[in-house]
Amino acid sequence: MTNVRSLIFSIKKQFTVILFALSNKASAEWDDLNMTQGATAISREVYDLHMLIFWICVVIGVLVFGVMFYSMYAYTKKKNPVAATFHENTKVELAWTIIPFLILIAMAVPASKTLQSIYNDEAGDINIQVIGHQWKWQYRYLEDDVNFFANLSTDLDEIYNKVPKGENYLQEVDEIVVIPVGKKVRFLITANDVIHSWWVPAFAIKQDAIPGFINTAWTIVDEPGLFRGKCTELCGKNHGFMPIVVKAVEQDEYDLWIKEKQAGAIALAELTEKDWTAAELVERGESLYIKNCVACHGPNGAGVTGIFPALAGSDIVLNNKTRQIEILMEGVQGAAMQSYAEQLAEVDMAAVITYTRRSWGNAEKGDGEIVVPKDIVEYKKAKI
Amino acid sequence: MGNKRKTILKLSAAVAGMYLFSFLLVPLYDVFCDITGLNGKVAQSTNAESSISVEGREISLQFISHNNAGMPWVFKPSKKVSKIKTGTLYEATFYAKNTTDKMMTGRAVNSVAPSNAKDYIKKIECFCFAEGIELMPGEEILLPIKMVVDNELPKNIKNIVLSYTIFDSNIEHSITMDHDSDLAGS
Amino acid sequence: MSAVIENHHDDHHHGPAKGLKRWFYTTNHKDIGTLYLWFSFAMFLIGGAMAMIIRAELFQPGMQIVEPEFYNQMITLHGLIMIFGGVMPAFVGLANWLVPMMIGAPDMALPRMNNLSFWILPFAFFILLSSLFMEGGAPNFGWTFYAPLSTTYAPPSTTFFIFSVHIMGASSIMGSINVIVTIMNMRAPGMGLMKMPLFVWSWLITAYLLIAVMPVLAGAVTMMLMDIHFGTSFFNAAGGGDPVLFQHIFWFFGHPEVYIMILPAFGIVSHIIETFSRKQLFGYSSMVWAMLSIAILSFVVWAHHMFTVGMPLAAELFFMWSTMLIAVPTGVKVFNWIATMFRGSITFETPMLFACAFVVLFTLGGFSGLMLAITPADFQYHDTYFVVAHFHYVLVPGAIFSIMAAVYYWIPKWTGNMYDERLGKLHFWLSFVGVNVTFFPQHFIGLAGMPRRVPDYALQFADWNMVSTAGAFLFGFSQVFFLFIVIKTVVGGKKATAQVWEGARGLEWTVDSPAPYHTFTTPPKVS
Repeated sequence: MTNVRSLIFSIKKQFTVILFALSNKASAEWDDLNMTQGATAISREVYDLHMLIFWICVVIGVLVFGVMFYSMYAYTKKKNPVAATFHENTKVELAWTIIPFLILIAMAVPASKTLQSIYNDEAGDINIQVIGHQWKWQYRYLEDDVNFFANLSTDLDEIYNKVPKGENYLQEVDEIVVIPVGKKVRFLITANDVIHSWWVPAFAIKQDAIPGFINTAWTIVDEPGLFRGKCTELCGKNHGFMPIVVKAVEQDEYDLWIKEKQAGAIALAELTEKDWTAAELVERGESLYIKNCVACHGPNGAGVTGIFPALAGSDIVLNNKTRQIEILMEGVQGAAMQSYAEQLAEVDMAAVITYTRRSWGNAEKGDGEIVVPKDIVEYKKAKI
Repeated sequence: MGNKRKTILKLSAAVAGMYLFSFLLVPLYDVFCDITGLNGKVAQSTNAESSISVEGREISLQFISHNNAGMPWVFKPSKKVSKIKTGTLYEATFYAKNTTDKMMTGRAVNSVAPSNAKDYIKKIECFCFAEGIELMPGEEILLPIKMVVDNELPKNIKNIVLSYTIFDSNIEHSITMDHDSDLAGS
Repeated sequence: MSAVIENHHDDHHHGPAKGLKRWFYTTNHKDIGTLYLWFSFAMFLIGGAMAMIIRAELFQPGMQIVEPEFYNQMITLHGLIMIFGGVMPAFVGLANWLVPMMIGAPDMALPRMNNLSFWILPFAFFILLSSLFMEGGAPNFGWTFYAPLSTTYAPPSTTFFIFSVHIMGASSIMGSINVIVTIMNMRAPGMGLMKMPLFVWSWLITAYLLIAVMPVLAGAVTMMLMDIHFGTSFFNAAGGGDPVLFQHIFWFFGHPEVYIMILPAFGIVSHIIETFSRKQLFGYSSMVWAMLSIAILSFVVWAHHMFTVGMPLAAELFFMWSTMLIAVPTGVKVFNWIATMFRGSITFETPMLFACAFVVLFTLGGFSGLMLAITPADFQYHDTYFVVAHFHYVLVPGAIFSIMAAVYYWIPKWTGNMYDERLGKLHFWLSFVGVNVTFFPQHFIGLAGMPRRVPDYALQFADWNMVSTAGAFLFGFSQVFFLFIVIKTVVGGKKATAQVWEGARGLEWTVDSPAPYHTFTTPPKVS
């Protein structure tokens, strides 16, 4: 009995939630339900086009369904026991072939114009190569030698409902793409493995990222702001978890950011020289593991049977640190395991390896040896 | 009844024809791409010499490289940005090194941005035409590109990006199983 | 031996064999039609169950019920099963039952091939579904299986997926050959092409489309198979191939495929509107021409599925214009249906309710289709829930409503029993509300920026996803109710007359209800 009652209660509760959602939405702004106007001249043009077509469709719909509903109302068997007998009329049929055709031309003209302005081939002031990886984005600023990866920064506990979700749930990353306002920024979009698609609604840019090919898109943002986007081509398991965040700032702020980025790369190299203890490495490695490895190998290093190997108790992680370094540096051929040589600095590579060798009881079961940044440097030297 | 058999034969022939047609789409697509620049690939030019003429305006050429997943080589342009003159012969190189202890074959795929610049880039020589670049363990190599940008290049194009992505030619299928055995088996 | 032959001989004259054997060995178009219809119903429920899993996971943000990996397998199988197992076999089943009776033929032209083309289907879907239990799981790359996700990065079960697509393709091709040969050679004397019922016309065009594109799909999956196992590089950039080529080949098949799933619906709805308006269909010949032009146009619009793939301006313009052009013949059809109702004498039995809902909701799907054709706007719509809303509007209240309408309309002819009108109307209203509550909000969440094929989403999409899931469960359970109504009608009910519906026209209404096992063994005369 109690079961039934609690079931009824939970259904009631859900129902109230839905009703509440509906009423809430009714008062919410129309904008929440519609395409964004965006932040650029092109995106506003696209929005206007969208609204134009939408209203044309509404008008046609009202007319056509008006006649239909009128017929359904006025010509029921009760009101009109004997049907008319007409069944063709060349003039009418010709009219409703030609008129829609003219309406279509009226739509095609502005659409073609907008498309032409999107296909503008002039060079950008700033060129950023965007590379889609399973499941993160890499950005290379071609003029300034800035290079970084942007991972989802939402906590796994939020995704698995263990803690409340933050405001920017699934729309936040650890490294934001920064661009200056008023400059033409060109994105050269490609992919590392499978096809992805780079979409920032505020710029009206959506371009597929295809391995081996470069697709271009460009934008000029008028005002500073923060813009969020997503991957829109199914690219495997974590397709839903590779967001994009772009920040438009004033030119001086942008220049400063570039300088900081370049300085950061140098600072990271200095960390390599430092003498590290196991505890320090494990501490540094934990957050890196969560950022880079959890998606496949899981929070407890258990992996997914048959797809992603377990790290907890893995023979390589326990006893073969040379091979483990090699796997992280080179990736595993033909496997989902990619090379992290470019993504992780030496110190971070060492930290994350040490973390896996010291966690989940691995230290007790295996040799427990740590890997220090110098090991990675040695490895790289041996290769080149 | 004879009529029926005729219809069946015709339809079966149509089915077979469409099946063959689907394979014919592969070369047709290449031709189509060549004409329209659909996939941004630059094919080897047969009449490149004719584009070498008077020195034209200055444009900037930007070379970018990328290693596809599972390709461990070092692979990068010797020089990232060059100012060149249209109508003149230009030579560039890419540096490649096989950092593994196995012999490997790489294959470079090229792409151009903006895509409509493609028709004006005449490549006389490019390592990306090769079906495979074989490197012994530890071997390094300078890969050549010889090209001309035609004087007819539309005026609004001032910057051309040439992208090269290097793939491992023998990338194996079935990511999942191999990976598994790799970790568990050693 | 002779006894068996004797037996068979008897069958031929007096009726079906008894027991299971009847269904395994049958070459009777009505039996095979029934098999197809039940099979598609089973697949509809299985694919629907998967949709319930998808919607349940999307009820709230966060991962609750399944893992992302399994979620991807669900969206892939849901798409494949609904298209190749639900909608297409249902239409083939209707063609089997109705085409011979509508043209006054005794059976399909190739009865034994008819048996074969049905009986390989269960194997195809058994293979596809069994991939769920294989190591690495079922196909997880979406029903469009873009390379290289479906080749280099695919689970091992992909080989079985390819095999099952081949079988489905073979079944469709055999079915289409059968339909064409039947229509071209077995029409009753006096039935010229322009006198054929529209359902027959729609199937004739559909069958030609199938013949043209199913081999292309077969070619595409063969190339995939070769890439995976035999070292070719059709779609593999590492070997000089091109992953975008896959998309071109796929959509060369895929776009006509979309019309394969809607043309027979046009035929069905034309008959139903005509019957319940008690008025001859308006513009018969323009209906035929409209279907023909839609079919021809479907071969030159494929790349509108790939506007974001990076094509030159000229190609984008061409595919935008050609796609917009399809609105013209489609509009003609809608106008004709409404003109048929205008000044008719209309009653609203269940089939008519479904047909009216079809006209309205399919047109809504057409409007969003027109919006999607506008390339610059498509950059914003592409691969979002707006697209999901669009194609579900044309497929669920489009194709599937037309199939349900057809079942209610012809079931008295098939079983000899009238369905329960009150239950039928209840089923309609539940489905109508369910379908709109499910899919209408998806327009909003798509425009607001939610991509498709994601197992989890940002918080601003939460409210409407919840509504959509509620609608989906309502729609899902109403179809179990539909199953009950169908079984109830098969078992018993008010006896149907031969005419069944007051305004019905066509040869199938001249035979008894239920239709005898063999009809039109001597061809009727068509004036």
